[in-house]
Amino acid sequence: MPRKPASPMAAPRSFLWSRRIFLTVLTGFVLLPVYVMLTSSLKPLADVTQSFRWLPSELTIRPYIDIWSTVPLADYFVNSLIVAGAATVCSVVIAVFAAYAVSRYTFRGKRVFTVTVLSTQMFPGILFLLPLFLIYVSIGNSTGIALFGSRGGLILTYLTFSLPFSIWMLIGYFDSVPKDLDEAALVDGCGPLGALFRVIVPAAIPGIVAVAVYAFMTAWGEVLFASVMTNETTRTLAVGLQGYSTLNDVYWNQIMAASLVVSVPVVAGFLLLQRYLVAGLTAGAVK
Amino acid sequence: MTTTTTVKVAGHQEPSGTASGSSRRRPGRLRRIGLPYLLLLPALFFELLVHLVPMIIGIVMSFKELTQFYIRDWGAAPWAGLDNYKVSVDIDAPVGEALLHSFFVTVGFTLLSVGLCWLIGTTAAVFMQDAFRGRGLLRALFLVPYALPVYAAVITWVFMFQHDNGLVNHVLYDQLHLTDKPSFWLIGDNSFYALLTVSVWKGWPFAFLIVMAGLQNIPNDLYEAAALDGAGMWQQLRRITLPSLRPVNQVLILVLFLWTFNDFNTPYVLFGKSAPEAADLISVHIYQASFVTWNFGTGAAMSVLLLLFLLVVTGVYLAVTSRGRKASHAA
Amino acid sequence: MQTIRAVTAGVAALTLALTAAACGGGSTGDDGGSNKSPKTLTYWASNQGASIAIDKKVLQPELDKFEKQTGIKVKVEVVPWSDLLNRILTATTSGQGPDVLNIGNTWSASLQATGGLLAWDDKQFGKIGGKDRFVESALGSTGVQGQDPAAVPLYSMAYALYYNKKIFADAGIAKPPATWDELVADGKKIQAKGKQVLGAEGANVSENIHHVFVFGKQHGAAFFTPDGKPDFTSDNAVAAVKQYVDLMAKDKVIPQGNAEYAQNQSVSDFATGKTAMLLWQSASANLKSQGMAESDYGIAPVPVQSGTPGTDTQTNSMVAGINMAVFKNTDNLDGATQFVKFMTSDEEQKILNTAYSSIPPVKAAQEDAAFNTPANAVLKNTLATSAAALPQVAAESQYETVVGTAVKELFADAAAGRPVTDDSVKAALEKAQQQMPAK
Repeated sequence: MPRKPASPMAAPRSFLWSRRIFLTVLTGFVLLPVYVMLTSSLKPLADVTQSFRWLPSELTIRPYIDIWSTVPLADYFVNSLIVAGAATVCSVVIAVFAAYAVSRYTFRGKRVFTVTVLSTQMFPGILFLLPLFLIYVSIGNSTGIALFGSRGGLILTYLTFSLPFSIWMLIGYFDSVPKDLDEAALVDGCGPLGALFRVIVPAAIPGIVAVAVYAFMTAWGEVLFASVMTNETTRTLAVGLQGYSTLNDVYWNQIMAASLVVSVPVVAGFLLLQRYLVAGLTAGAVK
Repeated sequence: MTTTTTVKVAGHQEPSGTASGSSRRRPGRLRRIGLPYLLLLPALFFELLVHLVPMIIGIVMSFKELTQFYIRDWGAAPWAGLDNYKVSVDIDAPVGEALLHSFFVTVGFTLLSVGLCWLIGTTAAVFMQDAFRGRGLLRALFLVPYALPVYAAVITWVFMFQHDNGLVNHVLYDQLHLTDKPSFWLIGDNSFYALLTVSVWKGWPFAFLIVMAGLQNIPNDLYEAAALDGAGMWQQLRRITLPSLRPVNQVLILVLFLWTFNDFNTPYVLFGKSAPEAADLISVHIYQASFVTWNFGTGAAMSVLLLLFLLVVTGVYLAVTSRGRKASHAA
Repeated sequence: MQTIRAVTAGVAALTLALTAAACGGGSTGDDGGSNKSPKTLTYWASNQGASIAIDKKVLQPELDKFEKQTGIKVKVEVVPWSDLLNRILTATTSGQGPDVLNIGNTWSASLQATGGLLAWDDKQFGKIGGKDRFVESALGSTGVQGQDPAAVPLYSMAYALYYNKKIFADAGIAKPPATWDELVADGKKIQAKGKQVLGAEGANVSENIHHVFVFGKQHGAAFFTPDGKPDFTSDNAVAAVKQYVDLMAKDKVIPQGNAEYAQNQSVSDFATGKTAMLLWQSASANLKSQGMAESDYGIAPVPVQSGTPGTDTQTNSMVAGINMAVFKNTDNLDGATQFVKFMTSDEEQKILNTAYSSIPPVKAAQEDAAFNTPANAVLKNTLATSAAALPQVAAESQYETVVGTAVKELFADAAAGRPVTDDSVKAALEKAQQQMPAK
């Protein structure tokens, strides 16, 4: 059954109008800074902080050319892609397992686990920084696994950053998948993992995609840890962008241009993914 | 109301049919008991390594006199007992007073920001539940604030909020004449609203994303049944959509609260090393106490105090919202 | 409950193990450094040029030269300013860092206190040609007085008054102001032509402290007692801070809008001809990239209260610049020393300071013609005769933060039209002083 509009009744006019107005205003709010970024990225440096005009007088595409030589933007981009991609995949897989356990099994220590995981969100990241760095260094010294300065260490860090919320969210999504579905699968002879991957995961695709987007963005945008845990060859975009500000100069126009350029693939990814956000229960219900 | 009964939050799940059901088919006690732990193992390992152990080290640090004189070999730093805490909570002295002030600002800011983020995100998600032309594009567009690098996005807001040259004053003062003179947004009392605006702009797409995904799991037959009962659009929203979103919302709001409370990037990029008093968030305070003034002990003590506060808030929140859920079950 | 206990025990054990390992991490290297790997060096360079890429282009040929001379390969990483201090702090804590690094010279005393940097005693200085090779004022910013310096001066900079020649000509001003009174008087003429007078970064804590420190010197306020205790509230300190803020509040030469500037907007304003004057260090490269031709502006010494720039109350700039330090945990101490010697040699000083439009802190290198252009001569003379180092105390960064913030808030008051009085300045400084660490 293809998913139909949520309401079988014709929507009342008041609803349509409020929707139109709300979404228009919201689009304006969202896009206004993007517009400013876009025009700033097309201005000569001296004009960026000058009086705002809706239509800038002087435009140049120079910043879009310069961004590639001022900092090794392409390298940073690749680093970010690898780090964020790997962290997302690992994080989602681990969170799916953990959420499945919590959602479908009763076991000792469940409450302790969920609450402890959540409590990690309460400590300011800034205070994790030094201890974590020390741990990575000591692991490096004793085992020879270089975690600081490498992509691996960053992947490890980011996948863990997104775990708590991912687990909590997925527990919620899994809980809302009716239990009859996976019990039917178990009756059909699937093992517990079979039931997870053939029934629950497909049914919870929107939630998993949402969580994946979240995990990706967490890794994509993180600045503080990346700034001390990377070096020249492993630096990610979020930190690398600060390379446009030097001791004497800040290339605002290039920062804006680079930010827009690196965001295009991400937004394009959202565009591709967004239809999975609306698949969902129906897919699993067919089974 | 079939779904609401199957929906339970993790911490409160009563033993359900599943466990006993699987025991029927999966003999072997060890295996049955071991499986959930096995599934949790990877998550547990990473949480311990990256979150919990550093957190515990952080708590240890809060009892040390960890100034620049000792960071090189911090194991040898002298124990400070409760000194770091005393400095932080002595509200008669400027450090404690400033911390307290900043605490209240942060609480107010967080409540407003989370409320607005949730409201906007949910409204947008509900409005976009039905298909209409351009919905897919709009959906991706709404995630743009989330995708833009924080640094660049917040700097853009700085430019927009400038007194002399910014877009905001250009519109409010030059074009609409709403104010009788250009306002300062980045210094003085208005800075609170500037911070709130940026925070909401950056934060609501996340609420939107999560609620949108949550909406997909509400079975259509619920709406159909309600429609047959003669429930209108708004009533369906109140009676079906919002209750069904409850488990998602419970986590979403809590986590938004925790993040906003600890958000560092937005105020730091917006105001630099020292925020105006009206927008002096606690995270910047802690950063100053530890990284700027190189006193990691005091910074850690402030963090532990925060942790305690947030633990209490979370505990109360979970208790209250879960009870609310149970009540709705009974109904 | 069993599980809880088991989990707790596990966490405790793991924490202990990792904590022990982590604590050990900081003290692996013995205090003097070693010479375990004599053929390589890691060098963290600060970002001095127009971009990281340009810095690498400037440095690489020199490093190649060094490798040819000594056979030591230097691996350079140009660290952005936003990361440098955090990287140094984590390196200090963990013992895992570079062999040689650049530091902002105002960090010297604070980093010296960590004990992470090699001390430059006379013997160590002897290996790079002796202390006498360096300019006095630059040496003044390498650590606490009376202790062995924690670093060696590498690049120096000073504040100067940049002025727009055309605006000055239009306003009928013949020469740049030499005293603050002249500056205020010239301001009236400039305002009559519809231009703004003087740009400032009112919300930038560091900029504020640099200016306030110099005003402090001119009023005879040191901000610290000789034994290193904060002394922010003396009448002289209040007068100094008030005079700076009054440039906006009373004299109206700094536009009110500048109270919120922290992103170099004042440089843009100057480059686009909106403001007539700017107090800045080495703005030339910056102005060029903002499209202002070198012939359009002049450079003069920063004004003083009266008379001409000199020492003490005639001070008109802080000593800005970069120092080079050796990380104590280095495993190539000799190589690191050789590298510092190379980088501070007359020849390299000329090349590097020319490339970065800074002034060499090495006396012999200053003689070079490149540093005797009218613009550079101003900076050079300022450094040599009338610049003073920021207080060299371990609590320097706290001082920057609390006093800089106080000035930022006073500017905000001025911008909002609230009165700035002796009392309000004193109250702000009082509050700042109470936030300083007790020890």
